[in-house]
Amino acid sequence: MASEAVEAMVPFLADRFGNPAGSHQESRRARRAVDDAREQIAALLGADFSEVVFTSGGTEADNLAVTGGWEAAFTGRDSPPALVCAAMEHHAVLHTCRALAERTGAECREVPTAKDGIVDLDALAEACTPEVGLVSVMTVNNEIGTVQPVEAVARVVRDRSPSALFHTDAVQAVVWTDVGAQTAPADLVAVSAHKFGGPQGIGALVVRHGVPIRPLIHGGGQERDRRSGTPNVAGIVAMAAALTVAHAARPETVARVAGLRDRLGDGLLASVTGITETAAREHKVAGHLHLRFAGLDQEALVILLDQAGVSVSAGAACASGAVEPSHVLVSMGLRPEEAAGGVRFSLGPTTSVAEIDHALAVVPVAVAQLRD
Amino acid sequence: MRVLVAMSGGVDSSVAAAVAAEQFGRDRVVGATLKLWGGAADSGCCSVADVEDARRVADQLGLVHHVFNFSDEFEERVVGPYVEGHADGRTPNPCIECNRHLKFDRLLDRARTLGFDAVATGHHARRRTTAEGRFRLCRGVDPEKDQSYVLAMLGQDQLARTLFPIGEMTKAEVREEAGRLGLRTAAKPDSQDVCFIRSDEGRAGFLGSRLPLHAGRMVDQGSGEDLGPVGAVELVTVGQRRGMGHGRDGRRRFVTRVDVPARRVWLGSPEDALAADVRLHTVAWVDDVPAGGGDHSGDPTGGGWRAVAQCSAHGRPVDSTVHPEGGGLLVRFSTPQRRIAPGQTVALYEPGRPDVVIGSGIAG
Repeated sequence: MASEAVEAMVPFLADRFGNPAGSHQESRRARRAVDDAREQIAALLGADFSEVVFTSGGTEADNLAVTGGWEAAFTGRDSPPALVCAAMEHHAVLHTCRALAERTGAECREVPTAKDGIVDLDALAEACTPEVGLVSVMTVNNEIGTVQPVEAVARVVRDRSPSALFHTDAVQAVVWTDVGAQTAPADLVAVSAHKFGGPQGIGALVVRHGVPIRPLIHGGGQERDRRSGTPNVAGIVAMAAALTVAHAARPETVARVAGLRDRLGDGLLASVTGITETAAREHKVAGHLHLRFAGLDQEALVILLDQAGVSVSAGAACASGAVEPSHVLVSMGLRPEEAAGGVRFSLGPTTSVAEIDHALAVVPVAVAQLRD
Repeated sequence: MRVLVAMSGGVDSSVAAAVAAEQFGRDRVVGATLKLWGGAADSGCCSVADVEDARRVADQLGLVHHVFNFSDEFEERVVGPYVEGHADGRTPNPCIECNRHLKFDRLLDRARTLGFDAVATGHHARRRTTAEGRFRLCRGVDPEKDQSYVLAMLGQDQLARTLFPIGEMTKAEVREEAGRLGLRTAAKPDSQDVCFIRSDEGRAGFLGSRLPLHAGRMVDQGSGEDLGPVGAVELVTVGQRRGMGHGRDGRRRFVTRVDVPARRVWLGSPEDALAADVRLHTVAWVDDVPAGGGDHSGDPTGGGWRAVAQCSAHGRPVDSTVHPEGGGLLVRFSTPQRRIAPGQTVALYEPGRPDVVIGSGIAG
């Protein structure tokens, strides 16, 4: 976590434990802190103060957007409207869409990914028919790091599915892109604090003015009746502090980390044979490097690199902790054996040159050991 | 020595991990749980709870713990063949195929790749090393819990890299040790059933979800008389008695043959259900192939060699003679045995030292 975020939240954990909904001094203080944070966050996300709904994280924000948005879109229609989402969506969106479809009989259309790691816009246009109620396409893919054309997606949605809501999961975008500008065409935008230096367990959904949404969590009517429950004051305050830091540091972070990413990517492509880089770097955020090692068992590579002090990830982790095949790579049309060697190197604002050089030293050794 | 312990989340492998950690040192032992089943969503299944037990035991023992996703291989090598076997009227043993292809092939490979010298498991069996440096596979000391039968397909390559840390312990001692260490699995019930079949659906429900099941007729094997309908021929096993009723003479009837394409189940008397011999394929030897020149004493037929055969996980061992036949074996029992269903494994033990495994094969 960013030290600014830790410092911001500690007082609210230690002694300022007022409930912002109350009418006492402590409550007013807590309420003021939440409102200040909401204002800061709204400004940095390109949203209005009252458009920001705090949630328990990115997953809840996505669930609220998809389910709450779709339910609102259903109101006044005779049959359940269809859902459209990118096949590469994070499971927080993908599985929510599928669950909704299964529960209600709505049709769920999953749009494939083109070879360059970008959502296939022609297929999207085909999926976006007038009866669609909600479309979800993420801002930046979490696995391969590709930046999606939110603006172009929005044009397709408005043009072909004029009554649909457009949601974008921007959880992976915040550190690397100007999220406010990038997500401006979307009706709903999900973010999560721990992805930009804030604590786990706090996130937000931007719900644009006039966009109808049904709450998932009912109760005391907090967050303008869109998300009940006592707010996580310490988390909200820390999220604002982290977002402020990440925003201010962004130009420097992007330039520095892109240099490190290129050093790692170029170095490994030069020193290890049989590697394919997934999607071109100009389409990707600075902190992402995704490599596919031909003929390698990704699960073994992850463990071997972990033993050598390099943390990488592969596919998706399931409830048991096992590695599952990557639905993102599969959505790009890769064969299972091509997807099986895919490994993600994630870099962040704190990644150092020494860490990159360590990875450059140990990855070729691990690959050689596995291919032996 | 770096050791990878296969931890299922049960008490045996928990204690195996504890014994290995004690013997080789915590920093040289790593726990691994195989994710074999549970589907893509991995929900609504007991496997997550078992992984949690394994992980928490590893935490308690101070061991690093990993989960290996071998579900594709499990489907391909164990579940698929199990279903196909039933479609053909055979009854494969999925635990043996899992040992053959997953635990003692895929996992051994993975362990070697990751730089481990051996894999340890919680099986009740023992590995002995001879003066010549060969490996013997022996029964575990607890006769009630001995699992050498399901390991009888192991060869020298596998045994050289396999450890059975609890083979010298009885089940009671294993539970006592788990209790002494305060392991959360100390009182966990033993697993009984096939791990991929839920108790609420049973074998019929599982196979029914993967196969078209066909109603058939029961036929008397002597007279050819039609004895009535049977719900699904794919669910009937040779040797089965349950649900087959009684003959005209009032005695129980047994399944002697299953013919899926003809939708027929042949029934016979208790005598008809016995077999004097069994033919085996997919033969595997623990050590070099016995050269047919083994111990011929007491073999009136000549040519064969003596062995003790065990025809099920806890079946009674029976003196036999073994005759090489084509690529397989003909095992002649000294006294007739209940007919072995095709697909079942027969394990062979040394006649003079009945706790030493020679090899195994699958009944054809």
